[in-house]
Amino acid sequence: MRSRFLEGAGMIAPVGVAAFLFALSFGVLARAAGMGLAAPLVMSATTFAGSAQFAVASVLGSAGSAGAAIAAAVMLNARYAPIGISIAPAFHGSLPRRLLQSQLIVDETWAMTIRRKGGFDLQVLLGAGAVLYLCWNVGTALGLILGNVISDPNDLGLDAAFAALFLALLVPQLRGRREVTAAMLGGGIALALIPFVPVGVPIVAGAAGSLVGWMRG
Amino acid sequence: MSPVWASVFGVGAATIVLKATGPVLLGRRELPSWLAGPVSLLAPAVLAAFVVTQALGGHREIVADARLVGLGAGAIAVALRAPILAVVVVAAAATALTRLLT
Repeated sequence: MRSRFLEGAGMIAPVGVAAFLFALSFGVLARAAGMGLAAPLVMSATTFAGSAQFAVASVLGSAGSAGAAIAAAVMLNARYAPIGISIAPAFHGSLPRRLLQSQLIVDETWAMTIRRKGGFDLQVLLGAGAVLYLCWNVGTALGLILGNVISDPNDLGLDAAFAALFLALLVPQLRGRREVTAAMLGGGIALALIPFVPVGVPIVAGAAGSLVGWMRG
Repeated sequence: MSPVWASVFGVGAATIVLKATGPVLLGRRELPSWLAGPVSLLAPAVLAAFVVTQALGGHREIVADARLVGLGAGAIAVALRAPILAVVVVAAAATALTRLLT
């Protein structure tokens, strides 16, 4: 059990570096948006989802309402419902335990754990999640305290690095015709919707590609 | 409550619920068969959607920029069966270089 926890922790380490840099810049952005010190810290500890937190800081920074910030974040995080359902059987513990452990689900911990050769394993997800959680929260704190010490993480190409990471995780999933169909539908639906719906919705709609892929396959 | 704290509590609560829905309601047992089928295809569908939105997504517009250079370089690394870390580093470096030069 311990070895699989460490396996997850080691596997996610490079992603942790990138997450740390994004967390630094979230801290900087949150402070610039007038969120103070405590609120961004609480947010990183409870929400633990990068894109939604950036969206909130950006809405509040441009004098948007709490309602607008919450709506943007909920649309961005809606994907966690299908993602959580897909790995639900791996969660074994009591209800409070499952509730706590599920909070370590993020895109990267999920995607890297499902690709594991021995199949999906909760301990691997928790090990990966613990490392990312630490990187995310320490990074947020340092970003708030230190201010603008690093440039935009995207200057380092980290936005494209995540695209490439997901591509590298996608390719081994394409085992058969059904999987290829689902991927084409997921990517195609997401692409087609980008111009017309709020950020985040294309991913949830893309997830529906798995339904269509299943019925057609 | 200030808009800041209302956002923090609202977003935090919503995200906790969204992440917990599957593990809390459907944990400790196999997925029902009508759900297990489509769910088995969720990974390729969602990962493809991640790739597309991460590489081309803007605020309600499709943006083709230096990210595509990085994704292309990453794709070559994937085709050459490079380890994941190499894929990610190659993609970041190609994008950073493109941004530096353009």
